[in-house]
Amino acid sequence: MPFKRYVEVGRVALVNYGKDYGKLVVIVDVIDQNRALVDSPDMVRGQMNFKRLTLTDIKIDIKRVPNKKTLVAAMEAADVKNKWEKSSWGRKLIVQKKRASLNDFDRFKIMLAKIKKAGVVRQELAKLKKETTA
Amino acid sequence: MGTHITTQLSTYSQTHSFHLISKPIRVSFISPPHFIGAKNHRRSMAPKDRKPHVSRNPELIRGVGKYSRSKMYHKRGLWAIKAKNGGAFPKHEKKAVAAAPAEKPPKFYPADDVKKPLVNKRKARPTKLRASITPGTVLIILAGRFKGKRVVFLKQLTSGLLLVTGPFKINGVPLRRVNQSYVIATSTKVDISGVNVEKFDDKYFGKKVEKKTKKGEGEFFEAEKEEKNTLPQDKKDDQKTVDAALIASIESVPDLKSYLGARFSLKAGMKPHELVF
Repeated sequence: MPFKRYVEVGRVALVNYGKDYGKLVVIVDVIDQNRALVDSPDMVRGQMNFKRLTLTDIKIDIKRVPNKKTLVAAMEAADVKNKWEKSSWGRKLIVQKKRASLNDFDRFKIMLAKIKKAGVVRQELAKLKKETTA
Repeated sequence: MGTHITTQLSTYSQTHSFHLISKPIRVSFISPPHFIGAKNHRRSMAPKDRKPHVSRNPELIRGVGKYSRSKMYHKRGLWAIKAKNGGAFPKHEKKAVAAAPAEKPPKFYPADDVKKPLVNKRKARPTKLRASITPGTVLIILAGRFKGKRVVFLKQLTSGLLLVTGPFKINGVPLRRVNQSYVIATSTKVDISGVNVEKFDDKYFGKKVEKKTKKGEGEFFEAEKEEKNTLPQDKKDDQKTVDAALIASIESVPDLKSYLGARFSLKAGMKPHELVF
């Protein structure tokens, strides 16, 4: 019920609308009630409305408005990229991206693999059923 | 206001002696004209060897160059050409024009003015091939008897149609022509280097012209029916030779054979505009 993820300097957020859709950014300063100053190693520091951001659990240790170098160093120290990619949210996004980029041939191969896996599972299940009834 | 400004200017010009006229043109008297390109300079350059020179007058906006006519005159070294030739441009003798044969007045003038049709310089070319379609691409046929079949692209014929083969053993599609518009190009490629498709062209696929037999009523119909149904043996052999090399390269990729044997269909949740082929 209480809030767990707060808007604060150092909070890592995901952009959910606009040109930088899908990027992870760090809130580097709060401008006013609606906007934050936001920065990331691969973009120019700029303002974003909070409505365009979704807060994540990750937080890094920086002072208000650091320079790019300090920011990048802090992100490395906190290991933001790996933490993100290991988190279930991050993993889901990676899977979604992979699925969207699949080739027609890839989709076919996946279909074959699914059928095979289901076949194996069904066999095991049949074995177990036999054991319990016997 | 006006006078105020002029006094300002005059004081300025007094303190800074200052040529309001353009800077004097510095003419460098180093040897022959620079316009040949100082680095690759060869006096006796044959006309063929000269590299085509890019414009010396950079474009500020379309239609407006940086340098004026007089500046360009100097840059191109026309003054030097004139100097070399004693004050005038060098004149070349005109080539003697062979005397045209005397034209006779026409025998016939049409009564009304006949309109000439406009000039049409368009050339017939095969349809532009999509960049995603290269020899060996797997295509999905979208219409016709083989709709949904995944098929290998061989080449584009001069009519613009695409020459395509199943291969026949894998999915039943023979050597066939298909229109580019009824095809989705996937990004899967098959190695097609071992296949020779030189001999196939639009004529190969055209309808066979039958020799006119004299009308002999009853026998005529029966004979025709027998001939039409069978495919000539040489076409079957062509199919086999083309497919032999293809099937070898297809079997080297796992699952590709069953992929080509299966038909494509849209399932639940598939959005064609979001699918990557």
